Order: sequence, then structure tokens, then C-alpha cells
Amino acid sequence: MLTFQPWKIILVGFVCLLGLVYAAPNAMDRGFGDDFPSWVPGKQVSLGLDLQGGSHLLLEVEVAVVIEERLEAIVDETRRALRQAGIGYLRLGVRDGAARFRVREAADRERAVEVVSNLPSASSGFGGATGSFGGVPGGSFGSPTAVEVDDAGEVSISLTESAASEARTAALQQSIEIVRRRIDETGVREPTIQRQGEDRILVQLPGVDDPDRIKELLGQTAKLTFHEVDTAASVQQALAGRVPPGRRLVPAANAGAGEQTHYIIHRRVTVSGDRLVDSQPTFDQNRPVVSFRFDATGGRLFGRFTSEHVNEPFAILLDGEVISAPVIQQPILGGSGIITGRFTVQEVQDLSLLLRAGALPAPLVVLEERTVGPGLGADSIEAGKIAALVGVIGVAIFMVVSYGLFGLMANAALMFNIVLIVGALSALQATLTLPGIAGIVLTVGMAVDANVLIFERIREEILQGRTPSTAIDAGYKRAITTIIDSNLTTLFAATFLYSFGSGPIKGFAVTLAIGIVTSMFTAIMVTRLMVVLWLRRSRPAALPI
Amino acid sequence: MFKPVRLVPPGTKVPFVANRKIAFVLSALLIIGSIGSFLTLGLNFGIDFRGGTLIEVRTPEPADIPAMRDQLSGLNLGEVAIQEFGGPTDVLIRIQRQEGAEREQMRAIDVVKETLGPQIDYRRVEFVGPTVGAELIQAGMLAVGLALLSILVYIWFRFEWQFGVGAIAALVHDIITTIGLFALIQHEFNLATVAAVLTIAGYSINDTVVVYDRVRESLRRYKTMPLPDVFNLAINETLSRTTMTSITTLLALFAIYFFGGEVLADFALAMIWGVIVGTYSSIFIAVPLLLFTDVRRGDDEDEERAVAVPEYERTEGGT
Repeated sequence: MLTFQPWKIILVGFVCLLGLVYAAPNAMDRGFGDDFPSWVPGKQVSLGLDLQGGSHLLLEVEVAVVIEERLEAIVDETRRALRQAGIGYLRLGVRDGAARFRVREAADRERAVEVVSNLPSASSGFGGATGSFGGVPGGSFGSPTAVEVDDAGEVSISLTESAASEARTAALQQSIEIVRRRIDETGVREPTIQRQGEDRILVQLPGVDDPDRIKELLGQTAKLTFHEVDTAASVQQALAGRVPPGRRLVPAANAGAGEQTHYIIHRRVTVSGDRLVDSQPTFDQNRPVVSFRFDATGGRLFGRFTSEHVNEPFAILLDGEVISAPVIQQPILGGSGIITGRFTVQEVQDLSLLLRAGALPAPLVVLEERTVGPGLGADSIEAGKIAALVGVIGVAIFMVVSYGLFGLMANAALMFNIVLIVGALSALQATLTLPGIAGIVLTVGMAVDANVLIFERIREEILQGRTPSTAIDAGYKRAITTIIDSNLTTLFAATFLYSFGSGPIKGFAVTLAIGIVTSMFTAIMVTRLMVVLWLRRSRPAALPI
Repeated sequence: MFKPVRLVPPGTKVPFVANRKIAFVLSALLIIGSIGSFLTLGLNFGIDFRGGTLIEVRTPEPADIPAMRDQLSGLNLGEVAIQEFGGPTDVLIRIQRQEGAEREQMRAIDVVKETLGPQIDYRRVEFVGPTVGAELIQAGMLAVGLALLSILVYIWFRFEWQFGVGAIAALVHDIITTIGLFALIQHEFNLATVAAVLTIAGYSINDTVVVYDRVRESLRRYKTMPLPDVFNLAINETLSRTTMTSITTLLALFAIYFFGGEVLADFALAMIWGVIVGTYSSIFIAVPLLLFTDVRRGDDEDEERAVAVPEYERTEGGT
């Protein structure tokens, strides 16, 4: 144990130097090295949101809504197809996770099954009927729907498991994209938006200490649709529960006194918001309004519709509420227009932002929020620094008092240990959290354990009458297995903490694990190197331990 | 250079094993007390596990907590706990989980912010929905369970099974009494406390392993010495190391407790208790328990020895 080949000395020196190089930028002002290329060792430790301040949001995409919508679309298609084929049906609607209906005449049953098996939705890939799935490649082979007839003669059309899971994945991916676009529009710097699990999105917003506006923006699906208004049907009757088939009763958003509170619209979407290419807040007759522009297809659809329905009202729906129902004065052929309504300037800005960013395929729910203001973050860093300083000084004094010269060497190793931890955190770009600082301080206390074990062993060997060099040799040899045994168990605990912990706790596990590895290295290699060099140089007759 | 101070002078012989009955009675009382307070008082679960909202605010003037309590209790949000947090201007507000889904919870935050007004600095807002809370409980229990299991497997692999039993007994002792302490003082039991419990597990085992290593070594060296004497010798020989390491770790932990800020204080408190009780249990529980298992004294035909004993010890065995 006392022979140190030159290459080993170089290796130990190299590792310590590397640690210094990586740790050094952290002594500079915050933000130093941010612009360095990634391979240059000039990065500072990245601080967790609890230290730099910021907001952590865990969102859930209500993917069930997407499935529900697809089934609704299938119901619409089924209605049309059955009418066209002249098949009488009963009780058509979405129930228990499937589109269901009964055939009036048992003789028609087989034909009905054939008809619904050939719906546009049933062909491979997604039909155009639902619109919001336009961007999804139809990757699955075979029909995405399964048609069954039960003993009671009820026909059910359900999505196959693969089609449903494809729809869920697509909805999640699309949601992430929309969330990213909306957050980018607000100008938050360096947001992290990650998929988590089957239906979740993790959003981290550094520097945001009041996420209310963002939560508000993310809380709306912002699904914009244009519908024909059925002026012939009676709103009173519809409110009483008699809505004509193919029509929908929808409320008006902030209706003023004496204004219409509900509208009856055609279920069929004339043009939908995913045809929008741009939207801006602007003014019309001194009122804040939202301008919009369709893409070519949308413009054509809208132009045709407005040409055919001059002097009739149409409804603009946002998330199921009528925000505006103007009467068409003349055909709108340019593919662009404005939405007027009872808007404030802020609302107009938000609405145009949401329309630009696109609609969410399903509503989002905030499952978890952790927001730390910049004041608390800075205080935590300060407190962490003081705790670390006090801890290190206390331990260092105690080591010198207990082991004299050897204690000094252990302290030197301890300093290298801290440098290596900070260097490793910077190099790995691991996130330092408040519990992470606790992990470092705790490691300082526990790191000297390896040296304590060795020094105690050396003392015992001396008591048994060994010479200094054989005592040191035996001390190291015998202590090493114990050191490895005891550190491995703590490493296990850290691993499980990392696997199951969340956020700040993960940070604790990381620093604890790094600290264990570096403290073993510094205790076994760095102190030993110092002890050996000292031994070679001074050749003591007795050890000052 | 000066002569180093030795906390435990060489040749110390404290009769730890002989007094094991006192320790067993004390530990039994501790465990009964812990389970008792756990069952009667229960743990004060934080929002991590129970779901709910936590808001830390700083007021411009020293906070008028009773007035705040009056303001917020009229909001129909259910149980609202308000306490000073570290200083007279810092206040921690805890709002119980609201009836209904996540959306209702978010509304509670808005209502509180509206009521308290804009002159207050919101230092921290944490909200955990019921779904995530349930998952965090599950993940926490799984983490503790798997950590214990892996430690057990490791000990069983490195030592004979008798040592594994003793180590796990000491470990469970430490964990139960830590949980008992939190039930007794009713400090918040949250994710950080689970992290502390896991770290205590690591520390406790670390400490036990060091003493066990020496027990195993002494068992081979002193083959004719009665078991209690071998055990006591091993404890005394490692006593210096045990106290040294406990003291340095405690030094670091006290630094966190007093200077690390309010958020870390409870974490440090759990760890301080864990280190003290972990050190105690390694000496008074883990080793004496070996007397009740049939420890082998390391015969040469022992197969496990080839794994357990490093080469140098076998060559030097006779000296």
C-alpha cells in the first residue's frame, strides 16, 4: 500500500486538477460560462428551481376527452351513413366507451354493420372528420375501429386498443408542442417542457415567481370553431331539453343584459381553428378585436360558406362558448377577418396568442405546483453557504485536534473532496437543490469517516508494536474493506432515493452519491499519497498520531 | 506538532455487552413509545403526501398572525394552519386539500392571494394534488422498502445470515424511533423526512457494518474467548472510530440545523436523531443480538470465507 507508482501519482494529480478546472467557474459571478460551448469545462453548477427561484408545474392531459371526441365524430358519421343507406336506427350515441345504436329492423342489421365498418374513420389512418388529428401519420395497419353486435341487437363501434393508444400518444405530443409554443409566446427564458409518463407534462419555468398568467394560458384548450346558426329552432324549447337532431345548444360567453344567452348551432364545424395561420390583437372602431387569417383550404371553405349565407348569422365558438355571432354582411373571400366581442385589451392579446399557438387537443389540469420566489431562493443559497462553511470548519478543527498532522492531511483531502463534488456537479450539469446542499454538508461530515477508520487502525497497529511504515501499510490494507462495505450501503440508499424521489430530493441523492464516490477517492488515494510522500521525506521514528 | 487528543484512550473497556439488558429494556421502551405515539398522535403528514397547498409569505411588518387567521378562516377553505416560520415577518400557511379535483385546489390559492392583498411577498407556493400525493406516498414507501431489501441482501452476501438479522434489527429500531420522534413532536413528515429516513438507514448500516467487520475479525483471532468478551472487545476497539465519525457527522448536521434555513431544519433534526440512535443501536443492539443467533467462529472449511476475507488477512492470520 505504500508504493505509489509515478503514473498513479500523475493520475491522482490529474483527477484533482480536473476537479479544480470544472469547479473553478463557480467561484465567478453567476452566469459566467453560460455562453461557452458545451465541451468547454466552463459551466457553473445548474441551480434547481428552489435555489434560483422559479415555477415547477406538473400537468395532466385529459386524454380521455380525445377518445370521447373521436367517438362523437364516429356517431356523426354513423348518423349520416345510416340515413344515406336508408337504415332506421334507435338510441345512437356514445355510451360506455363506444359509439352505440340499435337497428330498427332486425333484417337491416347485417347491412348496418357493413355500412358502419366502412365509415371514413374506420379506414386506416385518421379520416378528415375529426380535423384535430390532421398532423398524425396513420401508422397503424388495419381498421382503427372494431364493430360488434351484441345479443340484444345493439351495434357498438369502439376504437381498437392500438388506435386508442395512438390517439393518446398523439394528443400528448401535440399538447407538449402547444404548451411549448404558448410558453414561448410569453417570453419566459429557458423553459423546460418534458413528457412524463403516459399523459403528463412537466413544465419548469426558471425565474417565474408568479405562474398565474401561465396557468391561465395553459388552462384553456382554445379550440376555435365556426358554425352555422340555426335561427329557425327555438332556444326556449332547446333549453327545455328538446334540441333538434344534428344541432347543439351552446351558451354565450359573457352575454350582456338583454342579449342572447344561448344559441342553437349546427353540430357540423364549418371551419375549425386549426386552419388559422395567424392571429393578432388589433383595434376596430376603437374596440379591441382579434384579427385572423386562414390557410388556403380554410379560406376557401370560409369564402364558400359566407357566400352561401349572406345576411345570416354564424357563430364563433371558443371552448364550447359563443364568443361572437355576427351576421354575414358580404362574402368574405380573402381568408381573413376579425373577431369582435366584449373583450378587454388583455383578453384580446391572450386570445390571439392562444390562436397563434394553436388549440390543445384536450384540457390540461395542474397536478402539482411548486413555486419559489427569487428572494427565498437567494436566502436558501446564503443559508446553505453558511451551513457548509460552519460544518467544514467545525469538522476540520475537530480532525486536527484529534489526529494532528494526519488530521491536516485529511482536511486537505476534504477540501479536494468538496472541489471534486462541485466539479462533478458542474461537469455532469446535475441540478443542485437545497437538499442537495444538505447532501454536500452531510458528506463533509461522513467523508472523514474513511480517514478516521484508517487513522484508528494505524493507531492500533502502532500499539501492537509495528514500525511507522508497516503500521500505515497495515492500517490502509485492513481499513479498505470496511470502507467499501460501509460506503456501498449508503450508496444503495442514495440510488433508491434517486429512483423514487422527485425534484429536490433527487438533488439530494445526486450530491450524496457523488460525495460518497469522491470521498472514497480522496480518503484512499489523496490522503494516502500525502501520507506516503511525507513518510518518504521525513522517515519518522514515531508517528504523530 | 502538539499531541493529538484521544477521545477514547487505548485499552478502554466499557462493559457494553454485559449491560445489554439495560439497553434492551431502553430500546423496548423507545420502540413501544414510538409505536404508541404513532398510533395515538399519528404523523403530521405534509402536503407532499396528504395533498393540499402550502404558501410561505413575507410581510412588510411583523406579521399579525391572529388577524391573518381570522381573514383566511372566513374563506371556507376548511382547515387553514398558520404559523411563524423562522422570523417574525415570515409566515407559513397550510391549506388542507379541498373537496373536489385539482381545479378546486388551484382556486384556493387564488382566493388566498386575493384576500391577503398585493403588499405581501409570496416566497413559496407549493400545491400537491391528491393524485400526485398518493403517488408520492407509494414511491416513498417503495424507496424505503427496496433500500432495506438491498441492504439486507448485501449484508447477507458479505456476512453470514446472523449478522444480517442483527443489522436489520438495529436498522428497523432506528427507523421506528425516528418515525416515533416525528409523531411525538408533530413536526411535518414530508418528502425530505423520507429522504432523511433513507439516509439514516444508510448511516445506521454503515456504522453497524464497521463494528461487525471487527466482530468477525475478532471471532477468528480469539477462537477460545467467550462470545460476550469477543463482542465487547470488538465494540471497544472500534469505539474511538464510532464516536469520531458520529461527532463529525453531527457537527455537519448541527451546522445545517442552525444555519441551513427553516426548510432544512426538520431534515437535519431527523438526521441528528438518526445518527445518535444509529450509533447507539450499533453498539447496544446490533452486536449483543448476535448472542442470540448461532454465530459461527469462522472455521477453515467455511465456504463463505473465501468471499468474505481478503487475501492479506489469511496470510497474516497467524501473527
